[in-house]
Amino acid sequence: MAEIIQEEKGKGGKKRPKKGNPHMDMTPMVDLMCLLLTFFMLVGAFNKPKVMEIVLPDKIKKDQKVDPPKIAESRTLNIILGPDDKVFWYPGKAEAGMPLQVTNFSATGIREVLLDRNKALFDKIDQFKRDVISGKLNIKQDSLANAIKQLKKDDDTGPIVLIKFYKTSKYKDFVDIIDEMSIVGIARYILVDINWIEQGMVESALGMSKTAAPLTKK
Amino acid sequence: MPTKSPRIDMTPMVDLFALLLTFFMLTSVFTPQEPAPIDTPFSVSEKPKPDANIMTVVLSADNRVFFNVDNGQDTILHYRPQILKEMGKRYNIEFTPQELRKFEKYPSSFGVSIHDMKKFLATNDAKEKAVFEKGIPVDSVDNQFGYWVFYTRQINPAVQALIKGDGNAEYPLVKKVLDVLQDYNVSRFSLITNLQAVTVDVTGAKK
Repeated sequence: MAEIIQEEKGKGGKKRPKKGNPHMDMTPMVDLMCLLLTFFMLVGAFNKPKVMEIVLPDKIKKDQKVDPPKIAESRTLNIILGPDDKVFWYPGKAEAGMPLQVTNFSATGIREVLLDRNKALFDKIDQFKRDVISGKLNIKQDSLANAIKQLKKDDDTGPIVLIKFYKTSKYKDFVDIIDEMSIVGIARYILVDINWIEQGMVESALGMSKTAAPLTKK
Repeated sequence: MPTKSPRIDMTPMVDLFALLLTFFMLTSVFTPQEPAPIDTPFSVSEKPKPDANIMTVVLSADNRVFFNVDNGQDTILHYRPQILKEMGKRYNIEFTPQELRKFEKYPSSFGVSIHDMKKFLATNDAKEKAVFEKGIPVDSVDNQFGYWVFYTRQINPAVQALIKGDGNAEYPLVKKVLDVLQDYNVSRFSLITNLQAVTVDVTGAKK
């Protein structure tokens, strides 16, 4: 910089032969570029939303006559999502007055319940993934997803999870429970409407006094 | 003690910086601001969001429904104005070419009833626009949201449905939206989430 100022001072005088290459102080420019570079790098890295795909079955039209699918009672697991991140669950079929188990979305909550029932399939998928990583099995990345899908399809021991929502549950619960399904590798789950027996069960579990007798219709 | 400070030739570094800066500037895509703040929940899914052929349903924390649809793979396709035109036909509202163009260029999602759309497009002020953003009606009496989905799928059959919801949106609204999507034969859709890695403790489960 000093050189440039000197040259300006010498304006008007006789022309001097140019010195070598004048040095410019590039530090501010480099600072600014560094800052912008960091900004754009971070914006690019943190701006990638992910998506979670779910598929719902086709709706049965009112005039269509379809027999409800038969599900083994012993394999069903009912999950009801309540308010304040509470997760209620019970196995089998609902009966009035049945107590609900209360748990939550933590690692030792509903995940443990599901893992316990889905251990066979989870271990199979886990083993399969490990084989792929260690190189025992050599398959492409996109066929890995298909292979896991096939494993899930062939499974006939894991639970059939019926997911129900109490009216005060939030969108977060909806995402969380589907997320749990994919973490644990549940092969069969479905979203169903809550019925009045279960509503009564939830309300009595929450300690709402007015619905203490769950047999009364809503 | 040296009298002159030593000089380092910074030119290669600056060159590299300029190159990287240009690269990152060109590759970064700015997502436009949503009209309502959306705090998406976390999941373990690592699938990236698709870039084109998407319609997004936005559910805000105060239970309003917003809708957004893109122009398709190429802006030449002009899907957005076509969809608005069909919507206008349905509700007997004639949109001028200027309004259609404005709608095409509008970057973020909208939560406006079709009857307010003309006024909404006429104003440029963000505050005035916010007055009309009451959410798209989804009830069975006035199911404008259903028609948006219907016409979007009619004009762009390759469209994929995305749901971007705030964690605090209430489930009954989510259920309503899912029902509408199912009614219009959209059974495969994706939920936009943030990535959060989870490790499952296998040994703990085996005990």
